[in-house]
Amino acid sequence: MTPETARLRSKTWICAAIVVLANVFGNFFLKRGMPPALESPLAYITVLFRPWVALGVTLLIVWLLSRMTLLSWADLSYVLPVTSVGYVLVAFVGRWLLDERITSKRWAGILLIVAGVALVGGGSAPRTWRGKSGAHS
Amino acid sequence: MKWLLIAIIVASTSVGEVLQAVGMRRHGEIRDFRPSALGRAASVLARNSVVIGSVVAMAVSFFAYLGLLAFTDLSFAVPVTAVTYVVETVLAKYVLKERVNGLRWAGAALVLCGVALVSL
Repeated sequence: MTPETARLRSKTWICAAIVVLANVFGNFFLKRGMPPALESPLAYITVLFRPWVALGVTLLIVWLLSRMTLLSWADLSYVLPVTSVGYVLVAFVGRWLLDERITSKRWAGILLIVAGVALVGGGSAPRTWRGKSGAHS
Repeated sequence: MKWLLIAIIVASTSVGEVLQAVGMRRHGEIRDFRPSALGRAASVLARNSVVIGSVVAMAVSFFAYLGLLAFTDLSFAVPVTAVTYVVETVLAKYVLKERVNGLRWAGAALVLCGVALVSL
């Protein structure tokens, strides 16, 4: 592994971890502060000023920015499967922190999503690792 | 109402992410993480019409998602929107011209089945 490849790899993993964690906890705080229903168009705005919702939105902004940063060098078809591990973490957060009842069908569906993600990740070597120093293919 | 919101979320997220990938690739790799350099990158990106389009699409998706999250479980709302992943793999292949092999298609199909189960 060349130093350039190693640099790109660790940069990619750190950035991907930030993307996933910001997404999972952003969603958690959003749900935590959310009222049972948004009745009027105005409610969509005022809800943003609830403290938990505001924290969730802040984390989702971190998610958006870190994701844009990651996409500046990584393929979308690489970023999507790696960061979709967040779907699983969200289920655990829903179960343990929000006391949601998750049926066996829902767990099975989440496991299928994990299997799909693993399969996609085991596919061809992502173009991402080839970096920008080599030929653009 | 639930499925209408989900359709809006899936469509606007997929469009937004493809525009984001196009815009960021046009910008080039971000290598300098000093705050001043990031600020310069942000001000260049704020004038990139493709990036602006992606932000608008993401905003539509976000408010539709707020509406959905208000009356559904987090463990329903988040997995069900994973269907965007399948739409985006198709768009990555045909719009962004990225290479998508058989294993990736199989993975996308499994994700789709998983989403179907979650929504039962």
